Amino acid sequence: MLIRRGGGIASSEITPKGTYEAYSTDRRRFLARMGLAGAGVAVGGMFPGMMQAETKLTTVATAYKVDDATTPEAKAKSYNNFYEFGTNKDEPAKNAHTLRTRPWKVSVEGLVAKPQTIDIDALMAFKPIEERVYRFRCVEAWSMVIPWDGYPLAELIKFANPLPAAKYVQFISVADRSMEPMIGDSGINPPYSEGLRMDEAMNPLTLLTFGSYGETLANQQGAPVRVIVPWKYGFKSAKSIVKIRFVAKQPETTWNELNSSEYGFYSNVNPTVDHPRWSQAHERLLNSNSIFPKTVPTLPFNGYANEVAGLYAGMDLRKNY
Amino acid sequence: MKVLVHLGCLGPFFWLLWMYRSGALALQADPVNYITHFTGNWALWILLGDLAITPVRRLTVKLAWLIRFRRMVGLYAFFYATLHLLTYVLLFSGYDVPGAIAGLQAHHFAEPWRQLVLVWPTMLGDAEKRPFIQVGLLAWLILLALAVTSPQRVLRAMGGKNWQRLHRLIYLAGAAGVVHYWWIVKTGVRSPMRDTVVLAVLLLARVVYWLVKRVKGQGKAAAVAAS
Repeated sequence: MLIRRGGGIASSEITPKGTYEAYSTDRRRFLARMGLAGAGVAVGGMFPGMMQAETKLTTVATAYKVDDATTPEAKAKSYNNFYEFGTNKDEPAKNAHTLRTRPWKVSVEGLVAKPQTIDIDALMAFKPIEERVYRFRCVEAWSMVIPWDGYPLAELIKFANPLPAAKYVQFISVADRSMEPMIGDSGINPPYSEGLRMDEAMNPLTLLTFGSYGETLANQQGAPVRVIVPWKYGFKSAKSIVKIRFVAKQPETTWNELNSSEYGFYSNVNPTVDHPRWSQAHERLLNSNSIFPKTVPTLPFNGYANEVAGLYAGMDLRKNY
Repeated sequence: MKVLVHLGCLGPFFWLLWMYRSGALALQADPVNYITHFTGNWALWILLGDLAITPVRRLTVKLAWLIRFRRMVGLYAFFYATLHLLTYVLLFSGYDVPGAIAGLQAHHFAEPWRQLVLVWPTMLGDAEKRPFIQVGLLAWLILLALAVTSPQRVLRAMGGKNWQRLHRLIYLAGAAGVVHYWWIVKTGVRSPMRDTVVLAVLLLARVVYWLVKRVKGQGKAAAVAAS
């Protein structure tokens, strides 16, 4: 039993007792000591004093790997859309150091048998972490190939035990001005919200993600936990999640609210439905250090049609874009 | 002085060349995106710089010499706008640059053209459907017309008045450039705001100058009538 249920498990089962006590009084010192102690089942090698450093993850074998060359790690970690840290794609890497990823708790709430708050380290240790290599397609018509480390969101959903009335899962990202001084400056109302239909959330491809390239996520990638939904445009894959809420109705989602004609709730990767301002038929595949772009045709469901097309049988995907 | 203006205007271009040669460009996460923004930004900034020459020169007679650079700076705006357009044609559209180069090396001299024909439908579709492309293309076409008519000979052939009328289109090009920028950025991105404010100030300066001149003119006329 690794998940902490509302105080049911003492936190001492997760981190050494002394370390935990220090943490309410002095976070920095706590993190330093935690690093020395090598706390956390899947976490190790954190350097004292480097509270934001990415740490190595231990992963198990996976069946989900695409064959394309992976994007150079430096590119994947320096080109991010994370408006809470600036609207240019190079800004989050510069600004996201203010995000503190410990302590971090994820609230599982809404239509579930028993709402609870889970500590991030317990959440990471809940299931073995797979390193999956997924295609990642941005709505801006560029794409990357990224090894993501996590386990299926379905595992957490099964554990959370949603009520039959729960039809959607909503993800709420952190909204805390003390860690995100620029939050809201872009005109986007915090917190960032995303959502999936229950069957989408339960699909084995939907990954509750803690890392990439064998390390914990960099802050700008949405540390300490995010989802990755590889058949949808990137903005569907909410970052730095603090709440996972089970709801009966389609939840309000940030980009859809902001501009519903450009960003649908489903936002499945679809080469036949253009963004109103640009074509989605092709994408620049950013998986090399060449200045000449590899422009490749975009695939329906980002190449994951075999796994997910069935979820949308009978739906008009031109209307439900 | 002229050399300095040339160097200033060519600086960004040499910077881009240096980034390419040193490999720094390839390390950019999305080099094509970088080149697109870089050339687009500089086209607009140089155009705004060009539009600043007249209001600044009017501040004092001592700065009257600035006028000599107006045409040259305008041509540099056209230069960067053309690089920006070429970035779209050669790098954004799906044009296979390495393929075209390999073709040339193998003495298939039609290869670059063949590649262009392949991506032509995509570009045509963009030009038909996408307002931000249309307005950008309009700005470039205006700059092209101004560049073509910029030599002294053409000015004489056209007559000063016609030439001036045509070259007033530069205001439209500036506005089209700013609109083009607004229409491509995503909701929440406010980077075009700075350029918009600068353009507004520069256009307003002209309106103010014109008003002041008119009021002064009336004052003079009134004085003449009274005497």
